[in-house]
Amino acid sequence: MAVTLSATGAGGLLDRETVINDFSIQVATVNGSGSQSANLVLLRSIFRMGIPVSGKNLFPSNIAGLPTWFTIRANKHGYVARKAQNELFVAMNPETIAEDEAQLMPGAVFIYNSDLKFTPSREDVLAVGVPFGAIVAQTCQEVKLRKLVTNMVYVGVLAQLIGIDLNEIEAALAKQFKGKEKAATLNFSAVQAGFDWAATNLDFKVPYRLERMDATAGKIIIEGNRAAALGCLFAGTTVVAWYPITPSTSLCENLIGYLEKHRLDPETGKATFGVVQAEDELAAAGIVFGASWAGARAMTATSGPGISLMNEFVGLAYFTEIPGVIFDVQRVGPSTGLPTRTQQGDLMALYHASHGDTKHLVLIPATPQEAYELAYQAFDLSERFQTPVFVMLDLDLGMNSWMADPFPYLDQPLDRGPVVTAEDLTRRVEQAPEGAKHDVFGRYRDVKGDGIPERTLPGTPHPLAAYFTRGSGHTSEAKYSEKPADYTWLVDRLARKHETARKYVPTPVEDWQGAEVSIVAYGTSEYAVQEARDLLAAQGISTNYLRVKALPFTPSVKEFVKKSRRVYVIDQNRDGQMASLLKLEIDPADAPKIRSIRHYDGMPIDAMSIVEPVLEMEKH
Amino acid sequence: MATTTPGPQTNRLGLTLNDYKGAPSTLCAGCGHDAITGQIVRAFYEMGVEPHRVAKLSGIGCSSKTPAYFLNKAHGFNSVHGRMPAVATGTMLANRQLLAIGVSGDGDTASIGMGQFIHLLRRNVPMIYVVENNGVYGLTKGQFSATADLGSTLKSGVANDLPPVDLCALAVQLGCSFVARSFSGDPKQLVALLEAAMAHRGTALLDVISPCVTFNNHEGSTKSYTAAKELDIPLHTLGFIPAFSQIEAEIDPGETRVVEMHDGSKLTLKKLARDYDPTDRAAAMATLMESNGKGEFLTGLIYVNEQQPDFISSLNLVDEPLATLPSSKVRPGKAVLDQVMESLK
Ligand SMILES: Cc1ncc(C[n+]2csc(CCOP(=O)(O)OP(=O)(O)O)c2C)c(N)n1
Ligand code: SF4
Repeated sequence: MAVTLSATGAGGLLDRETVINDFSIQVATVNGSGSQSANLVLLRSIFRMGIPVSGKNLFPSNIAGLPTWFTIRANKHGYVARKAQNELFVAMNPETIAEDEAQLMPGAVFIYNSDLKFTPSREDVLAVGVPFGAIVAQTCQEVKLRKLVTNMVYVGVLAQLIGIDLNEIEAALAKQFKGKEKAATLNFSAVQAGFDWAATNLDFKVPYRLERMDATAGKIIIEGNRAAALGCLFAGTTVVAWYPITPSTSLCENLIGYLEKHRLDPETGKATFGVVQAEDELAAAGIVFGASWAGARAMTATSGPGISLMNEFVGLAYFTEIPGVIFDVQRVGPSTGLPTRTQQGDLMALYHASHGDTKHLVLIPATPQEAYELAYQAFDLSERFQTPVFVMLDLDLGMNSWMADPFPYLDQPLDRGPVVTAEDLTRRVEQAPEGAKHDVFGRYRDVKGDGIPERTLPGTPHPLAAYFTRGSGHTSEAKYSEKPADYTWLVDRLARKHETARKYVPTPVEDWQGAEVSIVAYGTSEYAVQEARDLLAAQGISTNYLRVKALPFTPSVKEFVKKSRRVYVIDQNRDGQMASLLKLEIDPADAPKIRSIRHYDGMPIDAMSIVEPVLEMEKH
Repeated sequence: MATTTPGPQTNRLGLTLNDYKGAPSTLCAGCGHDAITGQIVRAFYEMGVEPHRVAKLSGIGCSSKTPAYFLNKAHGFNSVHGRMPAVATGTMLANRQLLAIGVSGDGDTASIGMGQFIHLLRRNVPMIYVVENNGVYGLTKGQFSATADLGSTLKSGVANDLPPVDLCALAVQLGCSFVARSFSGDPKQLVALLEAAMAHRGTALLDVISPCVTFNNHEGSTKSYTAAKELDIPLHTLGFIPAFSQIEAEIDPGETRVVEMHDGSKLTLKKLARDYDPTDRAAAMATLMESNGKGEFLTGLIYVNEQQPDFISSLNLVDEPLATLPSSKVRPGKAVLDQVMESLK
C-alpha cells in the first residue's frame, strides 16, 4: 500500500510542540456523498471526550455534486466561533483539492485521498495521502456499500493521528445509527480500518492532539433551529403555518416532529395543534394572524425573502394589534443572495417591517439556549402587547451544531395577554353604573395608560364582545374613522405601547469592566466577541461588553453608550445596521463614540475579524 | 305557534332581523353588494345562528367592506387585498366552532387573491365564501377585473380583450365541495343558497353577480342588472328546509331532487328545463362549459359533495377550540423536556 508523505517533512512541523485541545479540523467533501454522518460522529466523539466543540456546515445551494465543507473546532477554553484557518484538513473532493491545499495555513496537516489525481505541492504543510479505495475494499466486501462508508475511514485516520478514543467513536456511531446496528457495525469497521492503516503506515506524530477533559459532562449538542422549535413546543404553540425556505425549514420541521410526538391529547389521541404547509409566505402570515386574531398561539418561520412577502400582513397586524410570532432565520440577501450562507442583514427590515409608521419587537438570541428561551418568550410578549414579534436567528445559529447546557424547564405560567372573556363582560356590566352598562369594553382603549389595549376573541358568547378589525383608520372603539385626530391618537398610542415594551423585552447581556473600550454586538457574533475580548485583553486592551437581546432597546443600552468612551459595534452586514439603529436612539452627543465593525462575506464572523479592526482603530 | 303579541318577529333564538344587521352601508345607492348584504342578514336570521358564533372575514374592495354592514354582534376582520382565505384558514384552525363567512370581490378573488382562493378550495376549509362579482374593480374606480367577459366594455367604451375567469368552473375543477352561482337581484334563490351554505361542511362558494351601478351597469356590460336578468338561466328552483324545522315538505319525487346537507337540512331542487344533477362533477363541468359557450349565465347549485372531508376535520384536531385550550393541554411537562434533552446528550 503506497503511502504518500511530502518528502520535505513539512517545514519542521513534526518537530513542533504539540498543541493540545485547541485547533480545528475541516473536511471537504462532495455534497450528497453522505459525509454528514462521518462529520457528526467526529464531532460527537470529541464532545464525548469532554472537549468543547462546535460544528459548522458550509454547504452550497444544491442537493448533490457540489463542494461542501464541515468544520469542527475543538477548544479547551470553550471558544467555538469560526476560525478562519484550520490546523487539520481532510480533502475528499477532487474539484476543490488544489484550492483546498492552496488555502491551508502553514503548519497544517493535509490528509487527502490519494486515489484522486493530485500531487501535493505545499512545502509548509504535512501532506498525508490515504488510499481510501484500498482501505475500504479490504473492510467492506459489498461493493455497493463501499461508497457509504468511505468517509468513515478519515474518522479512523484522524482518530489515530490526533488521539480520538475509538470507544467514543463507537458510542457516537451507535447514537447516529440508533436502531440500525448493522449499519453501525459496518461503519465502525471502516473507522477501525482507517485507524489501523494509519497506525501501520504513519510512523510520525502530528503536533495536534486531543486529550480527555471534563468540560462537556451533562451537556447537549443542538442546532439553534431545533432549540427554537422546543421553545415553541413548550410555549404551547397551537397553529403552525409555514413555507419551506433555507435556513428556516428545519425549525418548522423539528417543531412539527415534536408536536406530533408530544402534543396529542392522551385521552382522545387528537391533536392540540394544527399545521399548514401554506402555498407561500403571504398565506403563512395570513394564517398566523388569522389564527392569532381568533386566539391561538400561532407561528411561522422563514428567511429574508419570506419576510418581504409577509410585510403587508405584518403592517396590518401591527396596526390592528394582532399577535403572531415570526422567526427569521437569516441568510445572505437580497432575493436568493447566498441562500446557504449567514448574515445579520435583516435587522432594519424587521424592526421597521412594512410601510408607514411601524416599529416591531425583535428578539435576538445568540445561543441555542437563548433560541429556546426567546422563542418561548416571543409568544408571551406577542400576546401581552398584541403585536407581531420577530425572533431573529441566522443560519449559523439555526443550522449549525452547538454545545449547550440542558435547557431549563420554564415554569412561569403562559401570559395570554389582556383577553376579556364573557364572564368578565358580565361582571363589568353588573358593576357598571346605570347608563354606562353598554360601555364596558372598547377594543383599542388605552386602559392603563401604557398603550396596551384589551381584546375579546371571536366566539365570545356575550353581546358586547364583538368588534370589527380593520386596517383602515379606526377609533378606540374599533369604529371606522379617517379623522386626523383619531389617527394620530391611535398611532401615538401604538408608539406608547412600544415604549412600554422597552421595559418588558429581554435585557442585554452586560459586562462592565470600567474599560476604555466598549463592544456592542448581537446574535451569533457573541462567540467571536467572547474570544476577541480575551485576545484583546492579552494585548492589553480590556473591554466592556453589551450584547443586545431585543429591539426596542432597553434603557440600559443608552446608558451603556453614555458611560462608554468608545463603542465598537459589531455587525454581520455591510451597512452596520445595529450601529445605525443605535445612533438613532442614543443621545446625539454620544454618536461620535460609535465605531462600526462589519463582517459580511457570508461566513460566520471569527474573532480576528473583530480583534484586527479594534487594534487598528485603537492606534488612531 | 303564531305569536299573539304584536311587535317585531323573532327567530328561534328570540332575535329579531335587526339583531342581524350591521352598520349603515356607505356603498353607492343601488350597489348590488347591498342587496347581497340584505340577503345575508335574512339568511342568518332565518337559520337562527347565534351571532357570536360567526366570524366575518374579507379582503379589500367595496365588496369586502360589506361585513361591516351585517351581523354587528359578530367579530369581523377586514384584512388585506386578496388574502382573506389565509386569514379564514387560520381563524378556523384556531376555533373550529366558529361559522366563517368570507366576502370578497372578483378583483380580490380572481386577481390578487387567485393563489389563495385556489388553495382554500383545495383544502376545503369550512366556510361560506361569497364573491360579489361585478366584473370591475369598484373601489379603485372602474378598471376591468379578471371576471369581465370578453368584449364587454367599460363606461368609457374600452372593450375587454381577455377571456374571463369562470370562478365556478375553476371551483368545480379544484374539487370545491359546494359551488353555486346567483344574482344579487334574485333574493329568493340567494337566501336558499346561503342557508344551504350554512348547513354545508366545507368550502361553500357562492359566486354572485352583483352589478356595480357606478362603473359597470351600462349597455355593453355583461354584469349589469339588465344583462344579468336577461341572461340568467336558473338550473332549478331552490327551496331550503333547515334541520330544525323538519315539517313534511311537499316534495314531489318526480319533479324534485333533494340534497341532504350534513346537518340534516334539506335543499330541494325543483327541476326546470334541464335535468340537472348537482352531485355529478363531470356533468357540472360540462354544463358550465356549454353555457359559457352560449353566453348564458347559469344560476343555482352547480355542484355539491356532502361526503368530502373538510380541512379542519381532516386534521384530527381536538373538539375544543385550539385558541382557548388550557395550558395543561398545550404545554408538555418537564419530563418531556428532560427526555428530549437526554436524546441530545
Ligand atoms: C396590495 C393592494 N393592491 C392594490 C390595492 C388597491 N385596491 C383596493 S380595492 C381593489 C379592487 C377591488 O375590486 P374587487 O375585489 O372586484 O371589489 P369591488 O370593489 O369591485 O367590490 C384594489 C385594486 C390594495 N388595497 N392593496
Ligand atoms: S363603486 Fe360599484 S361596487 Fe363600489 S359601491 Fe359603488 S356601485 Fe358598489
